[in-house]
Amino acid sequence: MSLLRYYVAEARNGLLHEFQYRVTAFIGLIGFLIEPVVYLAVWRSVAIAQGGAVGDYGLSDLTGYYIAWSLVRAMNLALNPYAWEWRIRGGRLNEFLIRPVHPFHRDFAFFAGQKPIWIVMALPLAAIMWLTFRPDLSFSPFGLLAFSIAIWFAFTMRHMVLFLLGSVNFWTTRTSALFELNVALELMLSGRLVPMSLMPEWVQRVSNFLPFRWTFQFPIEAVIGRLDNTQILFGLGVQVAWILGLTLLIRLVWGRAIKRYTAVGG
Amino acid sequence: MRVLRLGWAYFRVIAANEFQYRVNLVLQLLNSGITLATGIVAISLVFTHTPDLSGWTREELLVVMGLHIAVGGLIGALVRPGMSQFMQEVEEGTFDLALTRPADSQLLVSIRAFRVWQLIDVIVGGLVVAYGATSIEGVGTGRLLAFLAAAAMGVIVLYCLWIMLATTAFRITRADSIFDMFDGMYQAGRWPVSIYPGWLRGTLTFVIPLAFAITVPAETLAARLGPGSLVLGLLVTVAVTALSRFVWLRSIRHYSGASA
Repeated sequence: MSLLRYYVAEARNGLLHEFQYRVTAFIGLIGFLIEPVVYLAVWRSVAIAQGGAVGDYGLSDLTGYYIAWSLVRAMNLALNPYAWEWRIRGGRLNEFLIRPVHPFHRDFAFFAGQKPIWIVMALPLAAIMWLTFRPDLSFSPFGLLAFSIAIWFAFTMRHMVLFLLGSVNFWTTRTSALFELNVALELMLSGRLVPMSLMPEWVQRVSNFLPFRWTFQFPIEAVIGRLDNTQILFGLGVQVAWILGLTLLIRLVWGRAIKRYTAVGG
Repeated sequence: MRVLRLGWAYFRVIAANEFQYRVNLVLQLLNSGITLATGIVAISLVFTHTPDLSGWTREELLVVMGLHIAVGGLIGALVRPGMSQFMQEVEEGTFDLALTRPADSQLLVSIRAFRVWQLIDVIVGGLVVAYGATSIEGVGTGRLLAFLAAAAMGVIVLYCLWIMLATTAFRITRADSIFDMFDGMYQAGRWPVSIYPGWLRGTLTFVIPLAFAITVPAETLAARLGPGSLVLGLLVTVAVTALSRFVWLRSIRHYSGASA
């Protein structure tokens, strides 16, 4: 119960932080949300050159994909692992360690609290994309419900993966190449760069067994009507399984990592 | 002359400091390798589905990508660190110290910091451009020189843009999200701007002029643009340079200090 109260308080903190620096938040968001427009423009050009479709994606589906993409991206933004380097190198982690709550909860609740404002700011871009490209899409109530659950699971998974990556900083603070590799893998294997069905067959098979596509492509495809109800339930199950697995891994890694931490000042 | 002497003095000190951390060279090589591999995979993926992208061939897109990496490296090595330091100083109230120095403030802000190893991206991007250029028919010395001139003007315009963006730190203090915005917009430069919808093409031409820094030089190399566009480019560069200088001087005049 006290953890729940802590979550509410920290989430409010996150929300108020975004309100306080709303211009900063807005400017940052512009940069984040240009990405789907870029991919959409590239793949629409390819689709138009191919007579209106690329692979199993028509123009409407592609447009819907990247509109949903922009909402998923706003939702699954989590603490950048570089922040851990900053915290550990400068001894700034101390203030988190003296609290009677695991630092994971602090970051998770803080970012979760920011989500409503991010979604509200992402909506105009989604609207602009919709008006620019006018996709012909229909939504099912089940798909919408699944989407609203799946994006929270996606955020949780992504936050956990980045938390684990950030923990590597306890062993070495020269982690930039590892983080960049993670970004590149996510780009290729999550459906972030392109829907996975346009990737070679073997890449698609590999991506099924990694967390990335369940944090990006799955919620998107659930809402734009490319998955049937069974596939949606299966996807939600996979997300839950990943969250449980990552929870265990975080407990294991954090226990060892924190023993290595020493700091002066901070 | 004094500018060069001052620049060289800062360069020597910062380079000596960075050369202490030679592992960073290996890390930068790895990062550049990952960027390059991702870009090549993206282009290959596009060309498995189509023979050309809105009239651009694979080789021409390689030139665009190489230039995108190289210009990104140049900005990341020479421009961004200085702007980042400046914005942080404004936020923390330590910028006053820089203003007391006996040199032009814009010059000081521009040359005080840079990241030597990031220049690896310039080499990697340059090699990709060279590879792409050799595969484009009819590229001679004239076109190469025109390409280099267009690219140089593009970099100058981006520098001027950064100076103007950095001055927003005086108004909104926590301006670090400008880096996120620039990074996001910069990703759009990886592809020719002609593929984008009108509003984004306009933004990338007149607001964040990546069209000017990347697409135009690539088009010059591919002989899609004539010499007239270079003259126009020169006029734009001069105008933007004058504008950024005006914005800087005006902003600095209104800066009243935050500490000291």
